[in-house]
Amino acid sequence: MSNTGSPCNGQPTQPNLGAVESTKTHGKPLWLLAELTYKCPLQCPYCSNPLDFADFAGELTTQEWLDVFQQGRDLGAVQLGFSGGEPLVRQDLIQLIGGAHEMGYYTNLITSGVGLNERKMAEFHQAGLDHIQVSFQASDESVNSMLSGSEKAFQQKLKMAREVKAQGYPMVLNFVTHRHNIDRIDRIIELCVELEADYVELATCQYYGWAYENVEQLLPTRAQLERAERITNEYREKLAAAGNPIKLIFVTPDYYEERPKRCMNGWGEVFLTVTPDGKALPCHSARMLPIEFPNVREMTLQQIWDDSPGFNHFRGLDWMKEPCRSCDEREKDLGGCHCQAYMLTGDAHNADPVCGKSPHHDLIVQARENAEHVVNNPEQFVYRNEKNSRIIAKG
Amino acid sequence: MSSQTEIVPDSIPALNKMFRFQWEKAQDCYVLLYPEGMIQLNGPAGEILALVDGQRNVSEITALLQAKFADAGDISADIIDFLGDAHEQHWITL
Ligand SMILES: C[S@@+](CC[C@H](N)C(=O)[O-])C[C@H]1O[C@@H](n2cnc3c(N)ncnc32)[C@H](O)[C@@H]1O
Ligand code: SF4
Ligand code: SF4
Repeated sequence: MSNTGSPCNGQPTQPNLGAVESTKTHGKPLWLLAELTYKCPLQCPYCSNPLDFADFAGELTTQEWLDVFQQGRDLGAVQLGFSGGEPLVRQDLIQLIGGAHEMGYYTNLITSGVGLNERKMAEFHQAGLDHIQVSFQASDESVNSMLSGSEKAFQQKLKMAREVKAQGYPMVLNFVTHRHNIDRIDRIIELCVELEADYVELATCQYYGWAYENVEQLLPTRAQLERAERITNEYREKLAAAGNPIKLIFVTPDYYEERPKRCMNGWGEVFLTVTPDGKALPCHSARMLPIEFPNVREMTLQQIWDDSPGFNHFRGLDWMKEPCRSCDEREKDLGGCHCQAYMLTGDAHNADPVCGKSPHHDLIVQARENAEHVVNNPEQFVYRNEKNSRIIAKG
Repeated sequence: MSSQTEIVPDSIPALNKMFRFQWEKAQDCYVLLYPEGMIQLNGPAGEILALVDGQRNVSEITALLQAKFADAGDISADIIDFLGDAHEQHWITL
């Protein structure tokens, strides 16, 4: 499948992106990601949520969300993702699903599975939920417990994944991969086959939010990655030959590339995220940037999408500095991930340091070299929870 | 991929329930929606799939389209070709 991917891992779907123009014209948002809450019963140290999530109070109300969904639909959005945090924490989730379904959205529930049960799942189906994506931390229970901070999560996920298929939903299983779980990629794939997943996202960890805080303990070695990719390809062939329609999606590991990936298939081109407290972002990680982003409580989505300085900031190529500005590949990757540039170099307008032409590329090379020597030690993880968030936010 | 089932006039295609088929005003075309993705269908593909309902067989679908597009000449082979592709892509079941 050429155009799948998760809204949550930097590899978004790109339905009609034949041409991302280099001028400041832009398409319409096709993808609306609703981060309903930052609350979550799990504590994954690789979580892409902002480090200071505990600081953002005042979740949008049911009516405010429905309003945002309608505005998004009017702009042409067709895919709606319920994410977070853990979207199941929102008691009004069923109303939000029902409303979005009536508006004509294809509705995706992106969940850890914790907080779900058979009855709720059936009610969601009735309300019009189209698809459920369940994330796992690992293929074995002990690693899953260590990463999620919950002893019960693994069995719950297994049970819910089986129930998703039993109720006739299409199912995506998502595994964020890193040095603690990637060597079991064969077991991960077998588990997904056994659970009858339709799509499997082997989502190479993207290093922002909590993942960047924990990059040392997460970044795999090149050998680990190459092995995982090779095994995935072998399974692809084997499964296809057996007539199994399961699709394995291996998200490319950009720390081991020499050219960066486009940010969200173009900043403000197809993707729109709304945070629990109503901030509209062109990418779910962009909140960290020193850029003023609009709030859906203050502007319409159409004004936000077309006119806000935040959404226009990285549209086109005029914002570029060297080496991107005069680079003949600039239209291909659009300079890469601005958050990565910001985190590593202090300036979001620099080339993504993943790029071999970036003067800061040595930072990536260092991280790779470092990965060769790191000793796996879960005790060094900073877990994603409110307490740690408060400590970090205070500095 | 694997399935090479032949499409015959009696075949009764149905939409694979992993997909949702609908008209999208913003794209001005029929689309197939699936987890986190969308396939935009061209005119003829959309018209054919719009008649796939798990009840009509291929000859009935062909007759309806032939009547709707009377100027198009004989389109039965095109319809069978498209349904064959759609089946390979798992968009429809037979
Ligand atoms: C932030 S979570 C929110 C939904 C829910 N709590 C869950 O974990 O499934 C959304 C998706 O992003 C994935 N994810 C989280 N952190 C990531 C990272 N650093 N890189 C890539 N994917 C990540 C999760 O596995 C999940 O599929
Ligand atoms: S901590 Fe884990 S389960 Fe919770 S939001 Fe982050 S990725 Fe999802
Ligand atoms: S220099 Fe900039 S535009 Fe050129 S390949 Fe690197 S990131 Fe892309």
